[in-house]
Amino acid sequence: MDKFTVKNLNLYYGSFQALKEIQINIPANEITALIGPSGCGKSTLLKTLNRMNDLVEGCKIDGTVLLDGKDIFGNMDVTDLRKRVGMVFQKPNPFPMSIYDNIAYGPRTHGTRSKATLDLIVEKSLRAAAIWEETKDRLKKSALGMSGGQQQRLCIARALAIEPEVLLMDEPTSALDPISTSKIEDLVSTLKKDYTIAMVTHNMQQAARVSDKTAFFLMGEMVEFDATDKIFSMPKDKRTEDYISGRFG
Amino acid sequence: MRERYTKQLDNLHNNLIHMGSLCEEAIACAAKTLIDGNLDMKEKVLSVENDTNMAERDIEQLCVRLLLLEQPVASDLRQITAAQKMITDMERISDQAVDIAELSAYMKGNSVKSDIHIAEMSRATIGMVTASIDSFVSKDFAKAREVIASDDVVDDLFLKIRKELIQHITENPAVASECLDLLMVAKYFERIGDHAVNIAEWVLYSLTGDRYATTLE
Repeated sequence: MDKFTVKNLNLYYGSFQALKEIQINIPANEITALIGPSGCGKSTLLKTLNRMNDLVEGCKIDGTVLLDGKDIFGNMDVTDLRKRVGMVFQKPNPFPMSIYDNIAYGPRTHGTRSKATLDLIVEKSLRAAAIWEETKDRLKKSALGMSGGQQQRLCIARALAIEPEVLLMDEPTSALDPISTSKIEDLVSTLKKDYTIAMVTHNMQQAARVSDKTAFFLMGEMVEFDATDKIFSMPKDKRTEDYISGRFG
Repeated sequence: MRERYTKQLDNLHNNLIHMGSLCEEAIACAAKTLIDGNLDMKEKVLSVENDTNMAERDIEQLCVRLLLLEQPVASDLRQITAAQKMITDMERISDQAVDIAELSAYMKGNSVKSDIHIAEMSRATIGMVTASIDSFVSKDFAKAREVIASDDVVDDLFLKIRKELIQHITENPAVASECLDLLMVAKYFERIGDHAVNIAEWVLYSLTGDRYATTLE
């Protein structure tokens, strides 16, 4: 089943067209990798999926983006959309507060006040993000004292705390060392049974290792979208082959 | 972009062509030892086989280096995977050429071989090896498929020779020793045909991602 259905999506920043006639179905409970050279539109597409481009000046969008069949640009409330579609960024961005408060921030904003409930949410989210063991004895300590890899898993835990259906990840490991990267990759693979994940990555090996499907973008166009093993073993388009084998980009 | 990498892939291709030509030479010399009784050719086979082993080692190292340092994907990865598999078959072809040459040099008796289809079998097998190497060099899908199909011809020749040899032994038990040696030689040729088929299948894999592809999709 498809979580997102994108049809004829065109996006303009002023007179510059960043996305051209994008058609992509992002399947539920799978990991979809978006790859392509810088400026190809992959992050723009990712941000469009939870309407993060809305506030960009001069941004104009036409086409359809459906979440579970419902138009996200229609009657859907943006806050509700972003509750359902969480996001993790390239650089870990914990709030300057305790580990506990980082996780509890979202649920509190959405009205959860009971300490017992918040305790449960914090533990559940940290466990889901595979960082509970490392943080359970220092929940009241500042999140800023954690390592980069821990901070990124904390941010994933923070995104999970409001129980989204989709996780958008924009180069989630590009600022991390190989061990932290491998932890995040393992985590992402375990999360897909409960979440739909779309991930922008510049790391070809990561896309090949982690994702079920891969979409290749070039100059605002989606050149090819297929099962990841197909893309990395027998891509149909020569431009895809040239990019993944490092011959341009 | 990636000039060094592209150059190394070109080297791999050229090294494989070189190793393929060594195989062809080994089997052609082995056939000459058998058919013409030319013993100089036996020495030549041994020396070519040694070169084949060295070529195999060099290609192996190049493939490992490419996999380790360049993380190849798509057609590059298929080319390297196919190369790693093909060199094993090429090396076995040379080994069996040595077996044929040694057996031919020491074969007792010389009366049966002109009566049976062994020369035809050696030509058919050499043809398969040459065509399999050619299909790799020219990335020729149809030619690789032809090699696979021609395995039946070599297999049929083996059965024909076996029948002929049984008849010779039945009629004249004194030639039994020569007949058994010739049966071994025929079996080596048949195995070389199988290796040529394997090479052709890896050519198909390199082109399509499927060793058993019947169409070029």
